[in-house]
Amino acid sequence: MADALLQVDNLGKRFGGFVALDGINLSVQPGERVGLIGPNGSGKSTLVNCMCGTLQNESGTVRFDGHEMNGLAAHERTHRGMARSFQLPRPFVTLTVAENLRIPLLYTAHTRSGRHLSQQESADRCEELAGLVGLSAKANKLPRDLTQVEMRKLELARAMAADPKLLIADEAMAGLSQSEVTDIVELLIKLNERGITIILIEHIMRAVMSFSQRLVVLVSGKKIADGPPQEVVSHPEVIGAYLGQ
Amino acid sequence: MTIELLINAIIAGLLLGGFYAAVTVGISISFGILDIVNIAHPAFIILGSYIAYIVNQTLGFDPILTAIVVLPAFYALGAAVYQVYHASFEKRGQDALRGLAFFFGLLFVTEVMLILVFGVDYRYVQASYIEYTLHIGFMDLPFRMVIPCLMSLLMVLLLQLYLSRTFTGRAIMAVSQDQLALRLMAADPTKIKRIAFAISIATASIAGAFLIIIQPVEPSVGREYIGRVFAICVLGGLQSLPGTVIAAMLLGVVESLTATFSGPSWAPAVSFGFLLLTLAFRPAGLLGR
Amino acid sequence: MRALLFYIGCIIVGGLFFAFAQWLGNDYLFFAGYTVLQFVVLATAWNILGGYCGYVNFGSAAFFALGAYSSVALHKLGANVDRYFPDWLSGLAHTIMPLNIPTLIVIGGIVSGLVGLGTGYLTLRLRGAFFAIATLALAVVLQTLIVNWDFVGGSRGAYIIRPAEVPILGNYIQYLFLVMLVLSVVAIAIARIIEQSRLGYGFATIRDDEIAAEACGVPTLRLKLIATTISGALMGMAGAPFPYYIGYLEPSSAFGLAYAVNSIAMPMIGGTTSWVGPLVGALLLGTLQQVATVTISSAVNLLIVGLLLIGFVIVAPRGIVGLVQEFMRERASDQGQPTWRSRLATFANMRPGAR
Repeated sequence: MADALLQVDNLGKRFGGFVALDGINLSVQPGERVGLIGPNGSGKSTLVNCMCGTLQNESGTVRFDGHEMNGLAAHERTHRGMARSFQLPRPFVTLTVAENLRIPLLYTAHTRSGRHLSQQESADRCEELAGLVGLSAKANKLPRDLTQVEMRKLELARAMAADPKLLIADEAMAGLSQSEVTDIVELLIKLNERGITIILIEHIMRAVMSFSQRLVVLVSGKKIADGPPQEVVSHPEVIGAYLGQ
Repeated sequence: MTIELLINAIIAGLLLGGFYAAVTVGISISFGILDIVNIAHPAFIILGSYIAYIVNQTLGFDPILTAIVVLPAFYALGAAVYQVYHASFEKRGQDALRGLAFFFGLLFVTEVMLILVFGVDYRYVQASYIEYTLHIGFMDLPFRMVIPCLMSLLMVLLLQLYLSRTFTGRAIMAVSQDQLALRLMAADPTKIKRIAFAISIATASIAGAFLIIIQPVEPSVGREYIGRVFAICVLGGLQSLPGTVIAAMLLGVVESLTATFSGPSWAPAVSFGFLLLTLAFRPAGLLGR
Repeated sequence: MRALLFYIGCIIVGGLFFAFAQWLGNDYLFFAGYTVLQFVVLATAWNILGGYCGYVNFGSAAFFALGAYSSVALHKLGANVDRYFPDWLSGLAHTIMPLNIPTLIVIGGIVSGLVGLGTGYLTLRLRGAFFAIATLALAVVLQTLIVNWDFVGGSRGAYIIRPAEVPILGNYIQYLFLVMLVLSVVAIAIARIIEQSRLGYGFATIRDDEIAAEACGVPTLRLKLIATTISGALMGMAGAPFPYYIGYLEPSSAFGLAYAVNSIAMPMIGGTTSWVGPLVGALLLGTLQQVATVTISSAVNLLIVGLLLIGFVIVAPRGIVGLVQEFMRERASDQGQPTWRSRLATFANMRPGAR
């Protein structure tokens, strides 16, 4: 079997006495579409933070694209091709939408394509990205002039700007309307067809089911299910811990 | 280097350390618990010293008694400063840079105003016990250090009891950890923080009285204490009051030994050097989490 | 094109002031002007780390004094070459020493830059608050070290005798003024180049949200170290000519509180988002203080600076530049056509045409 793009082995993370993640094993193949679900506080965002380097895990390893990630700073992991959006949007508040999108282009895109983008190329790419998420009209506005929903779209677009091999979308669709959710799912599937592996963390089951090829369930810091979506959602433990609520 | 000299230096250091704990406990609350970098804390201490001085000069009252009487005023002052800080910075979410600049401005303005009013001469107080020294064998225990040390430890103990046993006290400890839970307990986080900050400034008033008993004071003395206070606070593990006392004693002893054997002109570097080393290598403190 | 206009503008303004001061025939303007320009450099330097990156440095005096004391040490070496250099080096030393001011400036910059780098390396991994406190600590530690170092005079201070020959102008204070003028232009040019470059964007992300910056691929620690080094170096460069200006240097004046306060107050009152703010703040406050010191007293003028700092930080957090921008924007034309007012507002902005 081909090498996994992302290999998480026995990952553990504690905050003081509280065990946030307990021996998580996860393997993501290149080109896969994985959904990650679980109740609030189950550790999904903590897992993302540990994989991406925002937090350092205490035990276990993360391997990405064949490289050991332990000890690497977050920006280095982004340079290798891991990008993520934040669950609570974290835009750069003194920069416009377009400038927010430019940051990954300035600081990461060159590592992926091997050279720095020219002024024209980065301007074009910013426009393209803004268009993809429907923020073209607000490209020159500051984040404070955006709605909550628009900020989430900016979050996602900014992650895409890093030209990643693996994109982790952390609850990017909270608060979106039905049609907006459909649009984002279509966008993510299109990105996936272009070769980007995607991990989608969501509570909106409709989106998760239509998007995922594989579903992983996290409850109280432990992985309790990992398999095809239809199987997982009929798993009694999953229903009991999460879906039944 | 005689053994008597060494032991006396250590004793002096421990006594000094007790006092340093009183000076630092305010920062343990405002910085350790509330996460407010109040670098103006030494300015309030010096203010306390000068008030004790004036009262001592004009009415002859004991400085520690004066400080206790003036306590409510300092409490109110602390509450007022917190209100301004909260309205201007905490709410807007811009605390980092501007909050620091604000407190730095306060520190500075206080010092300059004291210079304008009192001048740069050293001031000191008179009290019956200041001249007295207890001699046990070769050990010297000057009362001007023993009294403040004992009272400092008492004050820290009382604060520790308050923070761990009373409702408000525990709410203060909680506010640093979980604001939402606090709200659910029907306590207003802003009010709790205001009380905590006001308490921290009130401790400054008492620490100021201790200071002027131990040594003569002039306006720029406050700045020496910035390094000490934060060094002890960080070394002691930010929120922990017992940790603060241990770190304070440690720093006091090291300073005392340095002053005795290398000369007093090196003493300021000790605390600040400590601080730099702690920040560089063990920012979680001695008893760190 | 814009850059060229900028530099030409600087030269014209500087030249005008110079000519005016010379025409007055009184050296006082040069003395006062030197101090004000010194603050321009310090404020601009501080702002690179404080305004652009959001990391407060309370120890500006330390970097300034490092530059000053490097000059003192080198001066002492140069004045007593035979005593300090072994025979096989003294020939070479005699030809190089005493070093001229521009060389001293470069060396002062290197020394301060390295110390900035070192301090940053030890503390920038921590939160901004810890870094700020560490800079305070640095100032005191350095001052204690200097006070105990007899070679540069310790607490007694050191006398610096000006060289007999004065390059270019023949009048020493005018020469120093010119040097500081050039240094100010260099500092502002560096600030401006940073702002408009990739580095400037990186700094802004550090200021806005360091965690998000890292996630976008910005190497935050490296950039912070760069900012600290550049900032420290510029401050050291400002300090290098100081012993020659003042003639007698002792630790309490080199490490004076006025430097720490002013290098924070000037950018924060002027405005931290671009190079214009520190310049405006330094020119205004610097001149104000020169006037106040002469007419009232130096303690009162520091009090005014402190009160202004507190006032501005509470009421007008974006500084004078921010206030002017608000004023301009309100008057800008509705049709979206740029007016001279909105052009001026954009001029002082961090990135042209940004907002």
